[in-house]
Parts: sequence; C-alpha cells; structure tokens
Amino acid sequence: MAGLSYVRVEMLPEREPPVSEVGLIGWLKSNLFSGWFNTILTLISLYFIYALVSSILPWLWSPTWAAQSLNECREIVSDLGKEHGGACYGVIRERWQQLLFGFYPDELRWRPILTLILLFVALAPVLFTEAFPAKMLWFTGAFLFLAPWLMWGGVIWTPLLVAAGLVIGFYAFKFSAGAIGNLAAIILAIALPILWWMFAIGPISQGLASIIPFGIEVVESRLFGGFMLSVWIGVVAIAISLFLGVVLALGRQSELMIVKYLSVGFIEFIRGVPLITLLFVASTLLNIFMPPGTNFDIILRVMIMATLFASAYIAEVIRGGLAALPRGQYEAADALGLDYWKSQRLIILPQALKISIPGIVSTFIGLFKDTTLVSIIGLLDPIGLTGSIRADANWNGIIWELYGFIAILFFISCFSMSRYSMWLERKLRKGHQ
Amino acid sequence: MKNSVILGALTVAGFMAGAAQAATLDDVKARGSLKCGSNSGLTGFAAPNANGEWEGFDVAVCRAVAAAVLGDPQAVEFVPTTPKTRFTALASGEVDILSRNTTWTLTRDVDLKFTFVGVNYYDGQGFIVPKALGVSSAKELDGATVCIQTGTTTELNLADFFRVNNISYEPVPIETNAEAQQQYLAGACDTYTTDASGLAATRASFEAPGDHVILPEIISKEPLGPLVRHGDDEWADIVRWTLNALIAAEEFGITSTNIAELSNGTDNPEINRILGTEGTMGEMLGLDAEWAKRAIMAEGNYGEIFEKNIGESTPIGLARGLNAQYKDGGLQYAPPFR
Repeated sequence: MAGLSYVRVEMLPEREPPVSEVGLIGWLKSNLFSGWFNTILTLISLYFIYALVSSILPWLWSPTWAAQSLNECREIVSDLGKEHGGACYGVIRERWQQLLFGFYPDELRWRPILTLILLFVALAPVLFTEAFPAKMLWFTGAFLFLAPWLMWGGVIWTPLLVAAGLVIGFYAFKFSAGAIGNLAAIILAIALPILWWMFAIGPISQGLASIIPFGIEVVESRLFGGFMLSVWIGVVAIAISLFLGVVLALGRQSELMIVKYLSVGFIEFIRGVPLITLLFVASTLLNIFMPPGTNFDIILRVMIMATLFASAYIAEVIRGGLAALPRGQYEAADALGLDYWKSQRLIILPQALKISIPGIVSTFIGLFKDTTLVSIIGLLDPIGLTGSIRADANWNGIIWELYGFIAILFFISCFSMSRYSMWLERKLRKGHQ
Repeated sequence: MKNSVILGALTVAGFMAGAAQAATLDDVKARGSLKCGSNSGLTGFAAPNANGEWEGFDVAVCRAVAAAVLGDPQAVEFVPTTPKTRFTALASGEVDILSRNTTWTLTRDVDLKFTFVGVNYYDGQGFIVPKALGVSSAKELDGATVCIQTGTTTELNLADFFRVNNISYEPVPIETNAEAQQQYLAGACDTYTTDASGLAATRASFEAPGDHVILPEIISKEPLGPLVRHGDDEWADIVRWTLNALIAAEEFGITSTNIAELSNGTDNPEINRILGTEGTMGEMLGLDAEWAKRAIMAEGNYGEIFEKNIGESTPIGLARGLNAQYKDGGLQYAPPFR
C-alpha cells in the first residue's frame, strides 16, 4: 500500500507548448487568422499590399542615377522595357545640393553644416538632461549668438554686442530694483537693451571692426534656400517661440490687467489670422510702410512672423498645462512663502510644461512643416526650388522624384521630433511612480 | 481748409518719397550690383542651373543692364518673385527692375505706376490638345473641359474667347503649370491653355510630344517686357535703351563674336554710335561710351539670346514669329540710335 496513492506524487516534466501556439505560427494564428472573418480581412489586406508594392517597387528600382535629362531617363527606362515607367534619379544627383543648401556658396557650406552639428551639441544638455553636464548649458546660451553669425557671417563684434544687450538688461534690473521697485526695474531692463540694440550696436560694431577687423565672409539672405532655409526658419522660430509662449501664457493668467489684456489680444489676434496672411504681410505690406531704401531682410521678416505665429499657439498649449494643475499646487507654493517668480519657476512651470509636452511638440512639428509656405512669397525653400528645377528644360515634367526626396527629408526630421517627445514623456512619467 | 493741409502734407510726403527713390542709377552704382526681380522658375525665361546661376531669356535682359551700368554681367542679385509679390517688390524698391514675363497692360502701366520700357517677347495665349481628340481649331472646342491657371489674365481671356465665339466650356481650375501638365496628361481636361511659349515648353517635356498639337489660334496679346518704377525717367531710359541696343545689334549684325572687331570702327555710323566709337550716346545716358558694347557682349544680341534660351535649337523650340526683326516680318523694331 505504501507505494499507492490517489494523487500524483511527482511533477510531470515540462512539455513544449503546442506548435500552433508559439513562434511564428502561433503569432500568425492569434493575430491574423483568428477567425473566418479576420482571415478574409487578412487576405484582402495582403492583396492590397502586394498590389501597391508590386506597382511602386519597379518604379522605384530604376537605374537612372547618371541621366542628364528627363529624356535620357526615359530612354534608359524604355530600353529596360518597363511597363510602369521608372523614376528619374538624375535630377536628385544633379540638384541634391541645391535642394539642401539653396544658393549658399559652395566653399562656405561647412558653415551651415557646422551650425547644424553645434545645434545638436547645444541641444544635448537641454534634451537629455541626465546624460550631459549642466555646464554645457553655457554653450547653449552662446550658441544663440554664434549660430546667426555662422550663417550670415560678418564681423564677430555684432553678435557679441547683441549678447552684451542682455547683460545690460540684467544689470539694469539688478542695480535699479532696490531703488525704483520691481516693476519699474523690469520695464527698464526691457527698454535699455532694446535701445542698445536699435541705436548703439551699429556704430560701435563698425568702430570695433575698424580697429580689429575679425570676421567671416558675409552671406546674404537671398542665397539661403532649400532644406537649410526650412530648418533655419524652423529652429529659430521654435527656440524663440517657446520662450515667448511661456511669457504669453503667464501673461494671460496674470492679475495685472494691462499685461493680461495685451497677452489675450496678441494671442487671439495671431490665432485668428492664417499664417499665410502673416507671410504676405511680411513680404509685401511691411515694405510699403517702411521708408524707401530701408533694407529689412526678407528672411528675418519671415522668421519674425513665424515666431509670433508659433508663440501664440505655444502660449495656449502651455495655458492648457497651467489650467490642468490642481489648485493645491498654487496654494502650496503660496503657503511655502515663495514669491511669484519662484513659485512659477520651481513649482508651477515644471509641472505645467511636462503636461504640455505632446502639445508643444506637435505645434513644433506643425510649424516646421509650415515653413514650406514661404515658397508662396517667392522664397526658394525645397518646395519653391522644385518649381525652379522644373523650369530647367532638362528636368521639365519631373514631379514625384523631387517631392519624394523632400518628403523623406521632412519625414526624418518630424519623425525624430515625435519619437523624442514620446521618450521624454515616458522618462518624465517615472517621476510619479 | 483742414483737408487741403492734409493733402498738402501728403503731396510733400509723396515728393519726398519720390525724391528718395529717384536716383536708381546712383543706388545701383553705390551698391555695386543690380537687383533684378525674376521669375522663380519658367522654362527658358528664368531658372537657376545646377550651380545656382540664373539663366534664361528674361535673365539676359538684367545681365545686359548690369553690364551696361556696372561693367559686369554677373553683378546681378536675382530676387525670385511670384505673380502675387512681383509688383510690390518693384514698387517698394526691393528690386531695381522687374524682368519677369510681365504683360504690358494699361492698368499696370497707369494705375500701378510702372514704366514698361519695351517688349522683349510678344506672346499670346494658345491651346494644346491631344491629337486623338481630332480638333484642328480652338473654335471646335465646344463643351470641352479646359485646364486653366486661376487668378491670371489667361482666365479672363478664355472667358472672352468662348463668349465671342458663342461656345461653352467647363473650366478645371489648377494652381501651377506643373499641376496643369499632370492633369492634362491624366486626361482630367481636354485642353490646357496658357501662353504659347509656356505651351511649347510643356509639350517639349511630354514623353510623346508628337501626340499633342498646339492649336493655331492665339486668343490674346501678351507683350512681355521689363518694367521699372514710375518717376525715375533716367533709369527707365537706361533700361529701355539697353534693350533697344540688343535689338538694334541684331538688326545691324553685331554679334558677340564680331563685336571686338566692329568696335575698332566701321563704315556704318549707326554701328559706330551704338558701340561708342562715334557720338556721345553713353554720356547722355549718364554712362560711359562703351555701355552698349558691354551690354551686347554680356549674352549676345537679341537674336543670340533668343536662340540660346528659347529658340529652335533648344528643347522649347520656339520660332521667331512675331519676335523676328521688322525686316523679317516680325515686330522687333528698335528706334534709331541718333
């Protein structure tokens, strides 16, 4: 009896799961063929994918890299006996530099490339706060003045003097706050640098340049073009609009009546007007209002308009974040005895900005893509350049190849931005766990 | 009383604005470059090549003016303009001269306050149809669907033409020439209408140009030419006579190849006056004696510019037609250099 039992005493050995439940077959069964209806849908979808790929791939696979004109492409393709025709990549080979850099002089193209590399260096401590030392933020600050100098060239003194304006503002606030009160000091700290930028910089810069003429070759705005122009307008507008947007959002929530209504008026006005209207104002209307002979750079004008446009939207996104914060957070900040700026900086804004990240990033992506609208006012961004390239008798009639190339450029940029924002959200969410 | 004061102030302001803008020649010389409003891309007329240098029939006019005024045909800053921005660019002083296939009309000349200095290309609106449609005249297009660029004079011309001939059509509005080509080839419309030079360039880009015909009817007058601001007649004169010099050079057989030889002096006094070996034409314009010689050397005479950019040896393959010299039955007729 001893060896007898009614229940199993030893464990059964582990067995492999059935083939139909694991691996590729299992995955297929549970995801694609889990019922007669889903099976039919799967088959139909597979057919559509096949039809799409089988018509696009032969078109994409086209050995026309060396062709010198559209007609040459057509000869190559017809020699191969292709049914659907083939892409003509000769135009990309001949014009990819133009699509990337516009008319920026060949021998100076290292400057926009260097600016782009430095942009990533400058962004690193902002985007990946843990991986890079906070001291790198000093470089980020310097980059704001270095980048325009690299892009446009000129004497080194101008960006240095522009930066000096900020120092003037800072010290004006520091020394006058005690004497004339906070509000007056803030106004002074804003007014002094503006006066400095408007009236003092030109002559001083010229004077310094005549003593120590250190500078790099000037590149005029009209030579800017291609994808570089889109990125340049986009980056500048994004950087400044984030700052302006925070200020406007705080202004809209402010208890000071004039500040509040100025912010509301600005935001509602900009949001009520299409970007293309603002661009037309920049390109045509401003010219008429300015005294004859004034040369106010068209790209600068467009940048200002794009920045103002984006900052209104960013302000509303951030206001959403501010509104989503529980009231207790504001009260807790007050209870700790923090003044307005400290409570915003330490308690309110970090949380509000975190909530607003998806909205901010999608505004940025939208703004970046909207930069292609400048082609309508005659600037040669990639879209504008497609028209110019088609006007070359050799390439007249080429459509898909050019737009495809531009689409890839924009997709890479926008997709990386959206992936970054997802990564950031995940990282910041850990704070709650 | 108050009104007259305001009017007076406005007049003074107007004069001051005029005075500030007056001496375009001095501005150009001081700047060392000519600002030329160009098309951002029109086959044969203006387009940047792979190296970013602008080329084309309209571009050549600007190069000639720069050569005459500054002595360097490369001293031109091209400002690409769109149909919507071109006139403000010129009026506001952003460009010194607009050479951008712009039709000379009364409104533009008088109301918009520009001075058209001449005509460098006589164009007109035409139709292109597939051969398979079996149409040989635009008057047979009753009930046709027509691809047409919106917001241009071509739209109005089309309406006029169909109304005069008492036939009907269905417009298919499109935005750009490239879009029109795609729509037309895809069969979205029976015919595409735009300037005949544009149609020729469009047809040349087709895979099978022989399957399409350009109908013989030209339904509008489109004299295209360079223009400058009202109120600076000296500058207008310089541009006008540079264009005339190019046209006259073809008439008198001055080409970019024989110009060096001819400028040593010839038996023909008019050639001598153009090339500056006789008379004081340059001085009268406020330029030096060899201004026209440099203008012709920049890109060649009118005929050479035509052949190089849009003539029958190019893919666009336009015949001279109305743009031949008056001696050859065309309309290009330069006033005498005297």
